[in-house]
Amino acid sequence: MSMLKAENVRKTFGDNQVLKGIDLEVNRGDVIAILGPSGSGKTTFLRCLNFLERADQGILTLDGQPHDMAAATKSEIVAIRRKTAFVFQNYNLFLNKTVLQNVTLGLTCARGMKKNEAEEIAREALNRVGMLGKADAYPIQLSGGQQQRVAIARGLATSPEIIYFDEPTSALDPELIGEVLSVMRQLAEEGMTMLVVTHEMDFARNVSSRVLFMEGGNVIESGPSGEFFAHPRQPRTREFIRSILEARQ
Amino acid sequence: MSERVLQIVRDAFPQLIEKFFTMTIPLTVLSFALALTIAVGVAMIQYAHVRGLQRLCRIYIWIVRCTPLLVQLYLVYYGLPSVGIYLNAFPTVVLVFGINEGAYLAETMRAALEAVPAGQMEAGYCVGMSYFQIMRQVVLPQAFRTAFPSLFNSIISMVKETSLASTITVTEMFRQAIVINGRVYETLALYTEVALIYLAFCSLLTVAQHWGEKKLSSYGGVR
Repeated sequence: MSMLKAENVRKTFGDNQVLKGIDLEVNRGDVIAILGPSGSGKTTFLRCLNFLERADQGILTLDGQPHDMAAATKSEIVAIRRKTAFVFQNYNLFLNKTVLQNVTLGLTCARGMKKNEAEEIAREALNRVGMLGKADAYPIQLSGGQQQRVAIARGLATSPEIIYFDEPTSALDPELIGEVLSVMRQLAEEGMTMLVVTHEMDFARNVSSRVLFMEGGNVIESGPSGEFFAHPRQPRTREFIRSILEARQ
Repeated sequence: MSERVLQIVRDAFPQLIEKFFTMTIPLTVLSFALALTIAVGVAMIQYAHVRGLQRLCRIYIWIVRCTPLLVQLYLVYYGLPSVGIYLNAFPTVVLVFGINEGAYLAETMRAALEAVPAGQMEAGYCVGMSYFQIMRQVVLPQAFRTAFPSLFNSIISMVKETSLASTITVTEMFRQAIVINGRVYETLALYTEVALIYLAFCSLLTVAQHWGEKKLSSYGGVR
């Protein structure tokens, strides 16, 4: 049985239909890359899954528990969020907290864990992303890549079943992208379930197990990543892959 | 300056200082505490768009900001007794100053809350925190950092505004100077002395502000 399933997710902003019925099924250990041109609705889809945007319609099934995405209650939403983690394009570290506090806050404040227990978990998470040495720094003192690694540690510390990544490297200077991607690759190898909205084709091709290609609020094509890149079925997909590869040369 | 004037200034000093510490400062501290409490509440209601209450807050700010402080003071102290509400002078000042400054500070705090990036709230939700947990741990501390210089503006002007309390019989430092002046009639010297005491204390507050800003700059200074 799948761990997470989203069915017929629809969202409209004003007259603009951003999501026109998206379906997605995620199994434990899957790393799924969501690709597509900007404005295709991929970020909105991810945000709907964690209720940062409220979908107009859709069913989200997590651990066999179905939730009506348009009508989910506050406590349902909190329960869903506690099983997931979200990594933002702009990191969104708590600016008034140190690196260590950024990671412990979800444990102490949200889950009532004791401080020393939380700090132990936080240090371990920071160690996994190579940021333990900066535990006492404030976010503003770190580079973008370092901030994003701390943000990943913050997500890891709460032992989520799935981590959502919303264009995690898009705000980074080119030379800092590698350090974040390598942390993500390492997580994937350790079996973490991940849903990644990205423009990083190498990551999608080499790390992700499956690819979802979106455009205009629809899923145009989806499949195992090897197949997706080697034999794209849809003309639109072929064009997209070609344009991205050309742009890199 | 003649020997006589110097003597008057010297004699007046301990009396003025006494009133400064027993009246001016307590009035300032209590009024400011009340103002800040009102301001945070009113700002949070508006920040969260609480229907109904939000409208009430706008009306409060509108009325208070658009009438003079001195008129408000007279209204409560001299006006309300005719409808059976008697308040002593000291609590009247605290109440009126608190409510008055609260309206201005509420706008300061609202602006500071709105300046906190929306992503801070979203990140808090995503690690499982509740609205009030995020407000307390993340949003309000950052808002206070942003509002810090404006808060000091408020405290500094409040120190000086307490001199208005003299008009409703509160013998704070300025009224003490008026009383002494009534006896000795050295207007220029005495009022200069009072002005210098205000200046000295408000200068201390200015230094405190810079010191505090430096302390807080570890996370907010480079925004």
